[in-house]
Amino acid sequence: MTEALLEVRDLVKHYPRIKAVNGVSFSLKPGTCFGLLGPNGAGKTTTVEILEGIHEPTLGEVLYKGEPVGQRFRNEAGIMFQSTALQDFISVRETLEMFARLYPRNADLDDLIQRCHLGSYLEQDNRLLSGGQRQRLLLAIALVNDPTIIFLDEPTTGLDPQSRRNFWDLIESIKTQGKTILLTTHYMDEAYVLCDEIAIMDHGKIIAHGTPKELLAAHFNDVILQLPESDISHAVHLPFTTHKRKELIEITTNDVNRTIEELMAHDISLAHLQIRSRNLDDLFLELTGKELRN
Amino acid sequence: MFLQRFLALLSTRNKEFLRDRSSVGWNIFMPVLIVAGFALVFTGDFADQYKVGIAHPVQSSNQAISPLETFLQTKYIDFINVTDIASAKIKVQRHQLDMLIDTTNQQYWINDESPNGYLVEKVMLASLDSVLKKQTVSGKEIRYVDWVIPGILSMNIMFSALFGVGYVIVRYRKNGMLKRLKATPVTALEYLSAQVVSRLILIMVITVFIFYGTNLFIGYAMFGSHLSLFLVFTLGAFSMISLGLVVAARITSEETAGGLLNLISWPMMFLSGVWFSLEGTNPMMQQLAEIFPLTHLTAAARSIMIDGAGLLDISYHLIILAAQSLVFLVIGALLFRWE
Repeated sequence: MTEALLEVRDLVKHYPRIKAVNGVSFSLKPGTCFGLLGPNGAGKTTTVEILEGIHEPTLGEVLYKGEPVGQRFRNEAGIMFQSTALQDFISVRETLEMFARLYPRNADLDDLIQRCHLGSYLEQDNRLLSGGQRQRLLLAIALVNDPTIIFLDEPTTGLDPQSRRNFWDLIESIKTQGKTILLTTHYMDEAYVLCDEIAIMDHGKIIAHGTPKELLAAHFNDVILQLPESDISHAVHLPFTTHKRKELIEITTNDVNRTIEELMAHDISLAHLQIRSRNLDDLFLELTGKELRN
Repeated sequence: MFLQRFLALLSTRNKEFLRDRSSVGWNIFMPVLIVAGFALVFTGDFADQYKVGIAHPVQSSNQAISPLETFLQTKYIDFINVTDIASAKIKVQRHQLDMLIDTTNQQYWINDESPNGYLVEKVMLASLDSVLKKQTVSGKEIRYVDWVIPGILSMNIMFSALFGVGYVIVRYRKNGMLKRLKATPVTALEYLSAQVVSRLILIMVITVFIFYGTNLFIGYAMFGSHLSLFLVFTLGAFSMISLGLVVAARITSEETAGGLLNLISWPMMFLSGVWFSLEGTNPMMQQLAEIFPLTHLTAAARSIMIDGAGLLDISYHLIILAAQSLVFLVIGALLFRWE
């Protein structure tokens, strides 16, 4: 069995009126991407910031290469926070060079600039960067010390679809270098594409943990059939539970053949029928509920 | 690695400040404007009040009031007790005292070139049968602008240090920059050292620029060593920066930091002898002023510029500034939090 690069044991973080993290344990295997998912206020960021050494845990321990987190970890970890201000009046190149000089080991800056697509605005003031450019610079800063382990806290929040896809490609390229990644995200498609293993947190605890496929298989053995609402007459009473989503009627079933036969028996057109598998979005909502969180 | 990280933080902070034109402009032009304003408004006059130094004050008795006591009750003349006749004579030379009276030896000094001295002498002679022997001194007049410039430069150092360090660190803490640096191998000592040295360099460059720049047009009285003055301003700036670190140690709100910095800087600005001499003021106010670093910085700089004092002569102020720097620095470092 591969020894864990980072091991989290029974982590607890209590604030005066809140138990932000309540007994969290997991480990990161070298060269994998671990996704930490959860609704707002689930305790993801607190957990990650304890791992990064930003906060002290109330109880529990974090081991990096078998040792408590310390100077070695700070030298070898790359961190991209959810929101970080960059110094005004300083260019992208100067920012990268400053961070590079803070570490004993550095990645090749020219290569980093090329991989993160920073070349065309290298001399630009940090204040003038767009959202996507800024996130790529923050990722480059996280990689400037050629890290062994990388923490990415909601790296694509607020980005447009092109920028998100571009960011995914960057993370994929980091994975191919054998780096270990801990990713927190709200986007289930992102987690599905990028993560080898995920843990879903809610109310300070991990409520599900495994590979995306394992988790989906463990929680769902059905599929969803979707039909346009206009194709189903109101008078028809279907013998299964249906949900309305926008202009579609969704039927959840674990016997597709029988459901289709029933639909045909009710003389419903199947011309626009779509069948989709359950995804992480469904799992997330199933586990954490559909109520709006603050 | 300490030096490498320190220099990386230092050079970036310097660039950030120097490229912020509004900030640099404010730091340079505000004191220049104040100096120019005072030079224009107070050309030639120290103030509209006469100042007479009294060596060996008259002891009041139950007998009839002596003619000298009558003179000492004259309105609009500030009578200041002096203990050191030699230094008081220099003040007469510099037009800082309009007259000096030595009651024991029955003599007085005025500056023949001082209109105020001439008028005060006339008032005095009208008040008593002159039993005092007239002595005269001569010397270049010390204008109010000469007197006030050490205070203005000191005050500018204070504002630049307190707000330049205190406010900036709080802003970095609030916007997450400090948190980002905490996640690197940088230590608090490295970070704070870079902030202190960066601000110290910038303050001294700006102070030298303002001093020599305005001196070209105004021509200050400078009787002491320029190097001593530079050392005094450096120590004073260091003390103020250290005080700024105490303020910035934990605060996370720029509004709170701004309020606290104003609470510290405004009393210092008015009660540290920047604008008016503390001689002859309420003893309690004088004692209160002793706790302010700005008082010692201003007094030390003024002694060098106007009295030609050496570092030994102002050692009292230097020791207090050094001690305050050390205390502020230790408190600031102990209290410091990245978040």
